[in-house]
Amino acid sequence: MNAPLRRVGVVVMILFGLLFANLNWIQAYKADEYRTSDYNGRVQVAEYDRKRGNIEVGGTAYALSKETGGELKFQRTYPNGQMYAHVLGWKPVNGSANGIERLENDFLAGTSDALIANRIKDMFTGDETGGGNVLLTLSKRAQETAYKQLNDNQVGAKKGAAIAIDPRTGAVQALVSMPSFDPNPLASHNTTEADRAYNALEKDKDRPLANRALAEVLPPGSTFKVIMAAAALENGVGQQTEIPAGSSYTAPGAGQPIRNAAPSICPESQVTLRDAVTESCNTGFAQLGVRLGADKVKEKAKQFGFEQEDLTVGQVGEGGLPVAASRTGDMQNPDGSTDAAALAQSSIGQNNVRMTPLQGALIAAAVANDGSQMRPYLVKQLLGPDRTTVYDAAKPRELRRPVSGQVAADLRDMMQNVVKEGTGRRAAIDGYLVGGKTGTAQSGPDTPDHGWFIGFALDKDGTPLSAVCVELEQAGSGGSAEAARIAGRIMAAAIADSGRR
Amino acid sequence: MTAAAAPAASPASTGEQPGVRLARSRRKAELSLLLLAMVLVAAYAAMIEAKALDTVTSDFWVPAAALGLVFLGLHLVIRWLAPFADPALLPAVALLNGIGVGFLRRYDLAEAAPAERANLAVFAGTGGRQLAWTLAAVVLAAGLLAILRDHRSLSRYAYTLGLAGIVLVMIPAVLPGRFSEINGAKLWIRVGGFQIQPGEFAKLALLTFFAYYLVRKREVLSLASRRVLGIDFPRGRDLGPVLVVWLVSILVLVFEKDLGTSLLYFGMFVVTLYIATERVSWLLIGLILFFGGAYLAYLLGSTVGGPFANFYDRAQIWLDPFAEPYDRGYQLVQGLLTLGTGGLFGAGPGGGQPNLLPEVQTDFIFAGIGEEIGLFGLSALLVIYLLIVERGLRAALAVRDSFGKLLAGGLAFTLGLQVFVIVGGISKLIPLTGQTTPFLSAGGSSLMANWLLIAVLLRVSDGARRPVTGGGSAARPGGGPPEQLHGAPTEVIRP
Repeated sequence: MNAPLRRVGVVVMILFGLLFANLNWIQAYKADEYRTSDYNGRVQVAEYDRKRGNIEVGGTAYALSKETGGELKFQRTYPNGQMYAHVLGWKPVNGSANGIERLENDFLAGTSDALIANRIKDMFTGDETGGGNVLLTLSKRAQETAYKQLNDNQVGAKKGAAIAIDPRTGAVQALVSMPSFDPNPLASHNTTEADRAYNALEKDKDRPLANRALAEVLPPGSTFKVIMAAAALENGVGQQTEIPAGSSYTAPGAGQPIRNAAPSICPESQVTLRDAVTESCNTGFAQLGVRLGADKVKEKAKQFGFEQEDLTVGQVGEGGLPVAASRTGDMQNPDGSTDAAALAQSSIGQNNVRMTPLQGALIAAAVANDGSQMRPYLVKQLLGPDRTTVYDAAKPRELRRPVSGQVAADLRDMMQNVVKEGTGRRAAIDGYLVGGKTGTAQSGPDTPDHGWFIGFALDKDGTPLSAVCVELEQAGSGGSAEAARIAGRIMAAAIADSGRR
Repeated sequence: MTAAAAPAASPASTGEQPGVRLARSRRKAELSLLLLAMVLVAAYAAMIEAKALDTVTSDFWVPAAALGLVFLGLHLVIRWLAPFADPALLPAVALLNGIGVGFLRRYDLAEAAPAERANLAVFAGTGGRQLAWTLAAVVLAAGLLAILRDHRSLSRYAYTLGLAGIVLVMIPAVLPGRFSEINGAKLWIRVGGFQIQPGEFAKLALLTFFAYYLVRKREVLSLASRRVLGIDFPRGRDLGPVLVVWLVSILVLVFEKDLGTSLLYFGMFVVTLYIATERVSWLLIGLILFFGGAYLAYLLGSTVGGPFANFYDRAQIWLDPFAEPYDRGYQLVQGLLTLGTGGLFGAGPGGGQPNLLPEVQTDFIFAGIGEEIGLFGLSALLVIYLLIVERGLRAALAVRDSFGKLLAGGLAFTLGLQVFVIVGGISKLIPLTGQTTPFLSAGGSSLMANWLLIAVLLRVSDGARRPVTGGGSAARPGGGPPEQLHGAPTEVIRP
């Protein structure tokens, strides 16, 4: 039996030789690949050796790193995290970051190409210079107002969004999605805890992680009438032109007639366009849409930014948080001809028309800014670790010109009338010219309506200061008036913060 | 009860000749190697604390000292009960066991909140539990040495052990999942918070049975055969019982969804058969059977599924773990990344991030250790394992009786194969199957079973090196050629 025993000894040696050879392959040949692999959590842990830069709003840091003395040297914390969650995002220990934390990750972490000089200097001095700082365009007061007013809304809406932008530049003044979440547990160094917090948010049926201001679309209701009015103005209809209205209108081929929100609204057979906007006359705009035709309606919406799939909000240059495309939806019969019933419904922002709150704000902003729609952005400035070197600063750029200056002026006039004596009275701000359009959109057969308001504020000289969109999901009765009230408060706060008041 | 068991009564007491024991027992070498091992374990603990805590606490040496006391106790038991046992076995195993305890404490440190790390109690957590298990396992090993004064007496209980082995293997398969299943493998008996892995003990019992049975039948198995296509096949009736044992354990293991253990049992069986019969044809048949079976299971898994789906899954992960790096392949991918991060020299004890690797305290402990001690450190660990296996085989070579040869040879090979299966599994050499890494992984069953295995090897090596009774033999060096000459007549002379 000794000969086979010796051979077994040799076999064991061969087996161990194979193990040894294989370990050489992994730990020597493939070592670098594995060490720097995207799947390797240690790469992320190494990031915690350098102090990550701040994300600041109006001189206050709302995302900052605090020294821990632990294995991961810095803990990312978000003071007032709930209020800024959907803008800042969060930086987890495992996995990729979100929001601005993701967009400007390289700069914040200090690993971007722009900061290479700092890293080289560190190599000689042995210091660890932190990452760069990101300054946001947000207005502290506007953001706080938007968050508080939205969450304390008087109609008991649980979900919603608000976004305000500076019409002249596109700089975002406030961005809130309701319900919000606390990003702090998600950045916990205890990854089990962080995972648990994330899973809880992920499972929440109100989807607090969703950014409703940018990435969620809903039927816009009557706010869509601004686009309809623009199309009408460009097709020979003036503010004072009488258009057919009435207490009810049944489009050719439609089963159900379209009615107005109240019997007191435009029961006469003809109203002026101006009155139709002021009162939010459904029958008037439905017939206007059918008269203009689907192509013109779709084209106008597209010129205002509908159908754009690659819009982002965020960085100084290109890139940013993804924005869902707003859609006018289908208005055709299966044979290709226009479905008048669908067109009539679409003309009052129902049927398959879907819009993001950002798109609503962009419409209002273009109207306020003489027809020039600016690209929205969140990052005002990239400030070096030394807090003096500016690496990049925002250069506003025009996105498109949906309407001419004259049409914009007419729209402004009509929208101001909405706030002066129409459905949007509660948006008024003392001493400023405020215009807007309310919207009440059916959400489903048995669910409460969504409330919308899009609007803008100008100073006495007509300089646009703020454009806003507030959306209260399934707010029910009084939703659009409450949205108008909140919109006014947000714009007033943004104006106050910019030192105009 | 049998012929093989008959000589068992006589030799235990006759070989003790004081002069020889003092001169050749090599117990002093064992003691100094053991002390060296414990110094290494203490140094390892100190390095871990220096790196992970930035300071060395005043009681870093406590686990090493506690282990040292436990092993010293076993050393004394060996001096008393097995004075001629191989002196390298205990220190080598003690070193591995100590590194295991040290690494598990290091794992506790990584899991603890940073503020609590410095105050982590020595006997708390996974590391503390492993320390307690070590004590239990060593006591068990000492007990076996005390009860089993001659390894040949084991053969008396061969059938009992064989039956016990089968029962142990089958219990988890029969038990409902909630009592037996952890991570998809039905390998456990869970009662309350307590769980044991009976398969770890079953391998010892089954091997004893194989060894006994094959010794009795080896002549028939190797001589009475039919030649087909140049290969000698044994008569079916001789092989029947062994095949049944093997088949039953394989079947049960397929239902327990653990192919690693199945591979282990099969390898154990084929190699003992080969050692017993000296016929290479058995190895060939075994290899073909195994790879054929594995391939068949793979095909069945991809088409039929059912009990084979698990194996198919594992094979898929093995072929391309990076295909689903966050899903099915997560464990293996993280294991590879951990090993790769370690590189040649490692991050230094305490310098890695074992908490990023799932199952690092059990299946993946070798990778977790590898991150910190690198390729060089892991090679050293492999050499220690190899040393233990080859020492076991050496005891098998030196022992005089066939049962002892088969027992020691089979046990030593099984240990080596288990290391191959798990280390090969986590390093993507072979499909990953859940096995414990002997002496390193957290867990009492594995530790106790493997220490029992070492106790048997110690007992056999003691029997092998113990000077034979009578005249001039006392002057000869133990374990030298004359002993083999002495043993020769018991061998069957074949062409």
